[in-house]
Amino acid sequence: MLELTPKTITERSALRVNPCKSCQPVGALYAALGVRRCMPHSHGSQGCVSYHRTFLTRHFKEPAIAASSSFTEGASVFGGGANLRAAVKNIFDIYDPDIIAVHTTCLSETIGDDLNAYILDMDIPDDKIVVHANTPSYVGSHITGYAGMLSGFIRYLADRRASPNGKTAVFPGFVNPGDIREIKRILHLLGLPVIVFPDQSGVMDAPMSNTYRMYPEGGTSIDDIRSLGGCGRALALGNFACGQPAGDLEEKCKVAYKCLPLPIGMEATDSFVTEAAGSGGVPQELEDERGRLLDLMLDANPYFYNKTLAIFGDPDTVVGLTAFSLELGMRPRYIITGTPGDAFVRQTEALLDKYDVTDAVVKAAADLFELHQWIKNGPVDLLLGTSYGKQIAKAEDIPLVRAGFPVLDRYGHSYMPIVGYQGAMRLAEMMANALMDRYDRDCADEDMDIVM
Amino acid sequence: MYTHVLEERKNSIKTSDRDAAPIRCETASVSGAVSQRACVYCGARVVLNPITDAFHIVHGPIGCASYTWDIRGSLSSGSELYRNSFSTDLQEKDVVFGGAKKLTSAIDEVMNVYAPKLIFVYATCIAGVIGDDVEAVCREAERKYGSRVIPVKAPGFSGNKSTGYRMACDALMQLLLPHREQAAADGVNILGDYNLAGEMWIIKNYMKEIGVPVISTFTGDASYDRLLGAPSARLNVVQCAGSMIYLAERMEMEFGIPWIKASFFGIEDTTTAIRQIADLTGSPETRRKAEAFTRRESERATALTAPYHKSLAGKKAAIFVGGGFKAISLVRQFREMGMETVLVGTQTGKADEYEVLGKLVSPGTVILDDANPAELEKFMREKGADILVGGVKERPLAYKLGIAFCDHNHERKHALAGYEGVENFAREVNLSVNSPVWHYARG
Repeated sequence: MLELTPKTITERSALRVNPCKSCQPVGALYAALGVRRCMPHSHGSQGCVSYHRTFLTRHFKEPAIAASSSFTEGASVFGGGANLRAAVKNIFDIYDPDIIAVHTTCLSETIGDDLNAYILDMDIPDDKIVVHANTPSYVGSHITGYAGMLSGFIRYLADRRASPNGKTAVFPGFVNPGDIREIKRILHLLGLPVIVFPDQSGVMDAPMSNTYRMYPEGGTSIDDIRSLGGCGRALALGNFACGQPAGDLEEKCKVAYKCLPLPIGMEATDSFVTEAAGSGGVPQELEDERGRLLDLMLDANPYFYNKTLAIFGDPDTVVGLTAFSLELGMRPRYIITGTPGDAFVRQTEALLDKYDVTDAVVKAAADLFELHQWIKNGPVDLLLGTSYGKQIAKAEDIPLVRAGFPVLDRYGHSYMPIVGYQGAMRLAEMMANALMDRYDRDCADEDMDIVM
Repeated sequence: MYTHVLEERKNSIKTSDRDAAPIRCETASVSGAVSQRACVYCGARVVLNPITDAFHIVHGPIGCASYTWDIRGSLSSGSELYRNSFSTDLQEKDVVFGGAKKLTSAIDEVMNVYAPKLIFVYATCIAGVIGDDVEAVCREAERKYGSRVIPVKAPGFSGNKSTGYRMACDALMQLLLPHREQAAADGVNILGDYNLAGEMWIIKNYMKEIGVPVISTFTGDASYDRLLGAPSARLNVVQCAGSMIYLAERMEMEFGIPWIKASFFGIEDTTTAIRQIADLTGSPETRRKAEAFTRRESERATALTAPYHKSLAGKKAAIFVGGGFKAISLVRQFREMGMETVLVGTQTGKADEYEVLGKLVSPGTVILDDANPAELEKFMREKGADILVGGVKERPLAYKLGIAFCDHNHERKHALAGYEGVENFAREVNLSVNSPVWHYARG
C-alpha cells in the first residue's frame, strides 16, 4: 500500500511525513482525565478538542470529555479572555465539575493569551478550582503536554504546608489504565502507602453500568494532589512524561524524587519494585511473579534469540520496550520516537551498549516514513509499536505487535498492562506468538510442527 | 444526571409538535460546551482528503496533520498517496520567525522526489496568525514547478466545519477554473460522496446500469486527471448537501452546470435519486432503464431486509450526524424499517433542513442542533431510544447508556449507501440492537 515510500533516502528538513507523535494538547487532556471530577478544557479553536476527544476515544474506546473555548475570528484578534470566562462559567453551571484543567493551544499561545492573568481575574465559585498549563502545539509532543499539565496541577494545588503523610507519590507515566492498575496492584502488594497521580484507571476504562457518568469513579482526588506536598518521597516512572512534574513537586514542596524508567521488562520492573519496597522487602507473591516471567523468558528464548526488530512510539515506552527486547535476546535495529529530546537517544544507547548492540539506529524527532525507508534497506523480523506501524507491516510483510499509544485498531489493549512482571509476560507472549505464527505461516510443510 | 440545559442552548433544541419557532442553527458553539463539532480545517480536510493522488500538506504544528492521518475511510481504486500524512510540523522558531520558508522547502522536498501534478496546502490556525503568506508561497511554487499548488484557507477559528467545506470547494474551483473551456460531454458529476466503504462505486454502478456516464467524482476516489473533466458535465448530482451545495452553485455560475440534490440513503431516496437523474439527463430509453432497475432493486432490497423487520419493528432510533440532508434520509430509512425516530440532531444542519425534519418526524420527536453529550444522554433516555446513529465520539456514549449504535460516519465498515447499503444498514442496526451482549447489562 505504501508504494509511495522510496528505498532511496533523500534529505528532508522541512517536510514531516507520517509522524510518530501528536501535539501537546491531547497529552494535557489525557493527563487531566486522570483527576477526579475534572473537566479538561482546551483554550483554542473548536477543532482541537474535537480531534483530541476523537483520538482518545479511538484508542480507549471510551467517551473522552473536554470543553473548548471555541475561538472565533474575534477571539483570535482580541484575545480569548472573554471566551475563557464564559466557558468557565458555563462549564461549572452545567457540567458541575470540581475542577477545570485548562490547556492552551498553538493559537492561544501565538496570540499571547495570558492564562495566569485570566484565571486570577475570573469569578470562580468558592468550592471550585481552575488550573492551567501552557501547551503550545509547536513545542514537544503529546508526551511533553502530558508532563506540562501534571506540572500545572502541582503548581496550583500541591501544598507545601501539607502535613507529612508518610506516603510515596507515584507518577505512573503516560500509560494505559491497565498499566496504572498493575502499578497500583504492585504497590499494594508491597504494602506501600501511596498517592498515584494521575490515575486514569476507572475513568478511561470505566465499567459498563447502563449509565453515562461524565465523571466516572476514578482519578486522583484534589485532596490527594494537595497532599502530594506532604509525601515523603516521589517516584517518577518515565523521564519524559513524569520528570518535569516530579521536579516541580520537589522544587515547590521539597519532596525528593527519583526518576525510574517505566517498569517494562525484567530489569526496569526490578528497579521499580526494589525502589518502591525500600527497606520493606519484597513479598513472595511478587517474587513468584518474577520467577514465572523468567520461566517464560527461558522457555521461549530460542524463538526470540537474535531476532531483529524496529521499535517506535513514545520515548519512555520505547525505552522500556527496547530494554525488554534486549533482555529477551533480540536485536533492536531501529528505535525511534517522534518526540524531540536527546535524552531518548542517550537512554537508549546506554541500554544497547550494555548488550553490545552496535548496529542499531536510534533517533528522536523521527517519523515513520524514514523508519519505513530504513526497513526497506534493511528489514527486520518484528515491528513493535503503535497502530501507525500497520501500513509498514502490510507493505513489507512484517508482523506487528501493538504496544503504546495510540492503538486504534484493536480492542482490549487499554485494559491490559505491559508494565510489571505480568505485563512483561503479556508482552513476551504477544511477541512470541507473532514470531511463531509467522514461522508457521512461512515454513515448508515438512517443517511444520505441532510441538514448538 | 443533568436536569437542565444551558440557557443559551434552549433555542437550539425543540420538540417537533410543540415549538413553533424555528430552531437556532448555523451559529457558533457556546464557549465551554462539550460540543461534538469540529473546525474549519476539519471541514476542508475531510472534503479534499479523498483526492487520492494529491499531496495534502498541512501547514501548521503537528496535531492537525496527525489527527487527520488516514482516518477518512475513503477508498481508492488507484493511488494510495492520500493515505500518508504530510506536514510542516511547525516548531517554536518557525512561529517566531515565520513558517513560509519551511513551507517552501517542504514543497521543494515533495517536488524533488515525486513531482506530483497536484498539491493542496492547508493553512491552519497559526499560519494566518503568524502572517505566513501561504497563497504567495503556493503561487511561487506553481510558477517554479508548473504543477498545481493550491492553498486551502482553513484556520480553525475562522468559522465552523461548514466554512471549511466552503474553503475546500474554493480550492476545487481554483483547480477547475483554468479548464472551463471544454466541449460539453454526455455525463454527470457526483458531488459529496467520499467513497466510504466503496459507496461511490455503488453509485457509479447505478449510473452505468441506466447508461449515464460519470465524468468526475467529488471527491470520493477522485484523481487529478479525472477531476479536470468536471466542467464538461451536463449535471451535478449532490449527495452530501452540507459539504457540496456551495461547489455545485459555483459550478453552475461558472460553467453553467445545473445541479440537483440526491440522497442515496434508504430505498425511497435511492429510487427517487436514480429516477430524477434519468429524467434530467437521459433519453426515454434511460428513463425506462431507470424505472426497471429501481423497481427491481427496490424489491430485492425490500426482500433482503424483510427478515430484519420482525426484530426491529417498534424500536426507537436516535440520529446525530453531521449534516441535515443525511438526517432527513435516515428518518425515512428508519421508517422503511418499521422504526420510529425519537431524536434527531446534526452538527451543522441548515435552517431549511431543520424545517423539513420538523415536518417529517412524528410528534414529540426531539430535534437539536450542535448537541453535547449531556443533551444527547438526557433526551435519548427521556425518549427511550434503542439505537443511536452517529460518529466515533457518540459510540462509547451510547454503549455506556446501554443503547445500541451504528456508525454512519468515517468509521463505517460496510457501505450504507444505495440498495446494497439498505441491507447492510438493517443488518448493522439489528446486530447492535439485538446483540446477546445486552442480556448481561444490568440496570
